[in-house]
Amino acid sequence: MNWVWFHRFGSAPWVYRFARRWAPWFGGAAVLTMLWALYGGLVLAPPDYQQKDAFRIMYVHAPSATLSLAIYSTMAIAAAVGLIWRMKVAHAAAAACAPIGAWFTVATLGTGMLWGKPMWGTYWQWDPRLTSELVLLFLYFGYMGLRAAIDDPQKADKASAVLAIVGAVNVPIIHYSVIWWNGLHQAPTKKLGADADMPWVMVWPLLLMLVAFGLYFGAIFLIRLRAELLRRERNASWIREVLS
Amino acid sequence: MKSGSLAVARLVAVRHLRLPFRKPSQLIQPLMFFMIVATLFPLTLTPELSRLRDAAPGVLWVGALLSSLLALEYLYRDDAVDGTLEQFALSGQSLTWMLFAKTCTHWLLTGLPLALFAPLAAMLLGVPARAMGGLLAALALGGFAMSLVGAISAGLTLGARRGGVLLSLLTIPLTVPILIFGADATQRAIVGDPIAPPMYLLGAIAVLGVTLAPLAAAAAVRIGLE
Repeated sequence: MNWVWFHRFGSAPWVYRFARRWAPWFGGAAVLTMLWALYGGLVLAPPDYQQKDAFRIMYVHAPSATLSLAIYSTMAIAAAVGLIWRMKVAHAAAAACAPIGAWFTVATLGTGMLWGKPMWGTYWQWDPRLTSELVLLFLYFGYMGLRAAIDDPQKADKASAVLAIVGAVNVPIIHYSVIWWNGLHQAPTKKLGADADMPWVMVWPLLLMLVAFGLYFGAIFLIRLRAELLRRERNASWIREVLS
Repeated sequence: MKSGSLAVARLVAVRHLRLPFRKPSQLIQPLMFFMIVATLFPLTLTPELSRLRDAAPGVLWVGALLSSLLALEYLYRDDAVDGTLEQFALSGQSLTWMLFAKTCTHWLLTGLPLALFAPLAAMLLGVPARAMGGLLAALALGGFAMSLVGAISAGLTLGARRGGVLLSLLTIPLTVPILIFGADATQRAIVGDPIAPPMYLLGAIAVLGVTLAPLAAAAAVRIGLE
């Protein structure tokens, strides 16, 4: 099997050029799909018979929640690749992931609270999903805090990589323990999401929005990755080449 | 020459069982802290024992977690400063086993005393005497799991500038499941329900910790020492 495509990702200049070329495409595609999905979600989809128009928060909430977890996994995988194959670019990718993932987590919590006000009558409920999302946010904070506290960049890369992997092992345990904890203390709350029976006209904007958020993540990720590479390789000669 | 990993682990354990007794304040301070935290709740919540009893599992477990975070500071700090950890890493022996032994002794000298001490604090919070056995068992097992998790984050913060707050920031989210099941076991002990289900889950977490945490801790310490 030909592994050239994989090895190219180990080269900072190649990745830098790749990111520069593809970021606008990801961004453009994200805007288009997002507009289309918004039209579907806000106009075409009928109001829910129980939640009225409030259910439309789901079109932001659910994709954010999916991405907040997916980005943590991406980060942990990138960190593991960096640790195992000693790829500097992989560490840069993990570093670029963290703040985006944290912001998606914040978005999930924020929209969850906005949705909670009309549904539960309160902004905050100790709902298991919201709670595990909150713990996920703390995990992101820990990761970024550790990275910021270590001066030597290579050491920061490796230490935070170990933390990301440990966190990835822990995320499912935390998730299920929180569900279990909540199940013991209060009746399960009705929750919107894929498990609710929804007609296709409500579902397709959700799926499309997920794609749009994924593309958006791709665009922001590539921009951050470029910035990260510029910062790390500022003394390298290839920087002058690509910038001239 | 490489002698048996277990023999080395035993030597490390013996050394670290002996050393802290030369500085007993290290062992006593976390216990004092735990007692003080437990005292604050009657002063701030209510002196009524019936209401304190409802809050007791949370108070005891949060207090135990905070106190174990304080004790965690001592896990590697002195050995990193005087170069012992470096000698461990350079010795050619299994760092994983050495750190596992070190973590076990750390638990024996901080976690276990805390569990033995907890019934006293629990009594002040109105916990009935029949719950003490369950509380002790849950805190002992949960404390072991917390020590294992803490061994990783303490290793990761070795190379960091400001260790203390960061150590808490890293450790606390990872200990959420331990806290949930531990507090649940304590709650069940107080109301007289069987505590086996959450204890099994605590045990499962401890087993997972024994399996994976020393490996991660060794990797973390190696990185911290570079």
